[in-house]
Amino acid sequence: MIGKYTVRFFALGYLAVLLAAPVGFVFWRTFEHGVGPAWGAVTSHDAVHALKVTLILVAIAVPANTIFGVMCSLAIVRHRFPGAGVVNAVVDLPLALSPVVAGLALLLLYGRGGWLGGHGVLFALPGMVLASIFVSLPFVVREVVPVLREIGTEQEQAAATLGASAFQTFRRVTWPAIRWATAYGVVLTTARALGEFGAVSVVSGRLAGQTETLTLYVQDRYVGFDTVGAYAAAGLLALIAVSTLILMTTLKPKEETQ
Amino acid sequence: MPEARRSLAPGLTIGLTTLYISVIVLLPLAALTWRAHGWDAISTKQAVAALQLTLGLSLLIAVINAFAGTAIAWTLVRDRFVGQGFVNALVDLPFALPTIVAGLTLLALYGPKSPVGVNAAFTRWSLLLAMLFVTLPFVVRTVQPVLFELDREMEEAAASLGASRFTTFLRIVLPSILPAILSGVALAFARAIGEFGAVVLISGNLPFKTEVISVYVFGRLESGDPGGAAAASVVILLISFGVLLAIGALRRWVTRHDR
Amino acid sequence: MRRISLALLLALLLPALAAGASKDTKLTLVAYSTPKDAYGQLISAFQKTKAGNGVSFSQSYGASGEQSRAVAAGLDADVVAFSLQPDITSLVQKNLVAKSWNKDKYKGMVTRSVVVFIVRDGNPKKLKTWDDLLKPGVQVITPNPFTSGGARWNVMAAYGGALRSGKTPKQAVDYLGKMWKHVVAQPTSAREGLQTFLAGRGDVFLAYENEAVFAQKKGQPVQFVIPKATILIENPIAVTSTSKHQTEAKAFLKFLRTLDAQRIFAQNGYRPVVPAAARGFNFPTRPQLFTIKYVGGWAKVEKRFFEPRTGIMARFIGSSGG
Repeated sequence: MIGKYTVRFFALGYLAVLLAAPVGFVFWRTFEHGVGPAWGAVTSHDAVHALKVTLILVAIAVPANTIFGVMCSLAIVRHRFPGAGVVNAVVDLPLALSPVVAGLALLLLYGRGGWLGGHGVLFALPGMVLASIFVSLPFVVREVVPVLREIGTEQEQAAATLGASAFQTFRRVTWPAIRWATAYGVVLTTARALGEFGAVSVVSGRLAGQTETLTLYVQDRYVGFDTVGAYAAAGLLALIAVSTLILMTTLKPKEETQ
Repeated sequence: MPEARRSLAPGLTIGLTTLYISVIVLLPLAALTWRAHGWDAISTKQAVAALQLTLGLSLLIAVINAFAGTAIAWTLVRDRFVGQGFVNALVDLPFALPTIVAGLTLLALYGPKSPVGVNAAFTRWSLLLAMLFVTLPFVVRTVQPVLFELDREMEEAAASLGASRFTTFLRIVLPSILPAILSGVALAFARAIGEFGAVVLISGNLPFKTEVISVYVFGRLESGDPGGAAAASVVILLISFGVLLAIGALRRWVTRHDR
Repeated sequence: MRRISLALLLALLLPALAAGASKDTKLTLVAYSTPKDAYGQLISAFQKTKAGNGVSFSQSYGASGEQSRAVAAGLDADVVAFSLQPDITSLVQKNLVAKSWNKDKYKGMVTRSVVVFIVRDGNPKKLKTWDDLLKPGVQVITPNPFTSGGARWNVMAAYGGALRSGKTPKQAVDYLGKMWKHVVAQPTSAREGLQTFLAGRGDVFLAYENEAVFAQKKGQPVQFVIPKATILIENPIAVTSTSKHQTEAKAFLKFLRTLDAQRIFAQNGYRPVVPAAARGFNFPTRPQLFTIKYVGGWAKVEKRFFEPRTGIMARFIGSSGG
């Protein structure tokens, strides 16, 4: 018998080992020597610049992938075209590539001698944006597709027979149903874009003060034995991710609470 | 005229979607395949061992996540306890933390100097641990919204007819959330296959024992064989693609009665 | 007419004259990660000299191999400084660095170091020579030479060390195979290796002296031993052929070989290429020190040991139980 408490016990136990302990450790390491060093690390010139770069990447990659994600989900689930199954699988592929190889692929495409090479894409913001979009592509799609399948087409068909245009149907019928899933997709996409290291590292050229993201800053601190700095910056990333979720939660309309 | 507008929307949606996917995903992958050279890079004993290890682990990870993720999603949606919102907010963190930090943290907590006496480092258990860490949010977050949207009437009806909680879950809830679980499983599998940063530190990268395929491919690249690295990656991609298609087919089979 | 043409001439010349007076050059330095602190200090020092006045720098630090690949893929660099010669050779092959880059009196090198054993507090297992690593139960940590170019120094140090102790080349290769069986972790970088060792794994970590000294300076509990027979690590630097500021870049390189600059390197744990700069620093000479030439030079060594399919190390690492 799977009682409520068994499930809760198992779930929380799993989370304690895999989530609470590691996250707690990060914050412990951050504040090991007090708030001062941690604050200093996070407000240093390089850190602030890295934060700006990261936020710019997130500000472009997340909306792009969200709009694409919703459109793609509609295309796959509602517009049943030949190749929908393939598109559905291709969407997950960026995740299967290790970050090093994702970076390599982008280098091969946009680098010297590549098909789209020599246009200032690499080692500058455009390349980093492409890398961020690449690695955080699937999440909105993966969130929205199951919900779209679950809610079925009855209401949408009803709206259509009543004369609503495609856009009106989407806005009045579909969107309210997938809004919550999209929100979770946005949270995951943001988290992924924030935490991306490998692929962005390769295409950024790591120019200090120019193309360094917060994750690259973390590594920079770590390599220089500045443990507090590294963990503090990581803690900052975690805080931004949590803030995104809280933001999404507050946007949830009151009448949907159980 | 409504018909004309309606028939434009699907075409536009499909077209834009395909364009986006082509530019963002397919073009780089095509460039990779174009430069792939030296297909024996993936057929050495070391490569095969790494691939088998990674595939096996990724599938195991997918299964564990299916159960754990569903349980966690259930606890976060259907349960009520103090600090629930806090726990919910933390779920995405393994994802937002750079993989170096994940590696350092896991090594400190579950390595030779573990404060809880658990030393799994440099064994295959460490790979499992690291992969479970980075794939934690997936199934949880894909199941949560579906569980949330679920109509409770059927469950309540079943309960009033005397069905146990377990039966209710198995017969009524599960079929509805299974597509979402599979969605999250696909993500978890893909991520586990491609994971590099979180596993390198804690696993020791010992060939035939704890070396995952992403490390092997990195080795190819670092030793001046980008063609071989690309070739190995293309093979990994094809295998992953196959598994993802299979998961899609599994979902279609599972929901066959709903159509 | 003449007045207008004179004015025109002045108008054309003036900007050129002005440019000559104030150099607004920006040099991009692409380097491996370890000398970041050193280059920070060196750049400041360079900017105080006449040649460096008005020269600003854009700096990039990362893993040596990755940086080399970035430059090959189009990262604009004026000066490249990597941890081992092959990372520059690959750029020469792509015509990004002139073939004559190492034809100066320093052979293109800017710093030196040696391979050392980082050991536990007090060196309980008494690991001093390469043969000591074969003692039963000794656990070795070293990056895999295929996932970390720098680890090739470790392998060649071990091989050369075996040769120095009187072994024949064949016996020395056997030694490598035996030693590799003691390797219990293969981190993908030197820094990762130190982290692994500090986390409690292994009895000895094969590292570079400059990294060990740097770690000590940063307060890490690192103790190291320099084996009698060890390899002289030499780190190369070059001006790229694509640099638009050849004069300034070459001036920077020249500066890096001055006594003052070499002293800064020494303060950061590097052995200088200018012997006089080592005075006052603790860089013990080793009786059986050898260079990469002793074991065949990089070209031969890469082919014989590190060819991904047929190299000796590929055999040792790529066969089960390796």
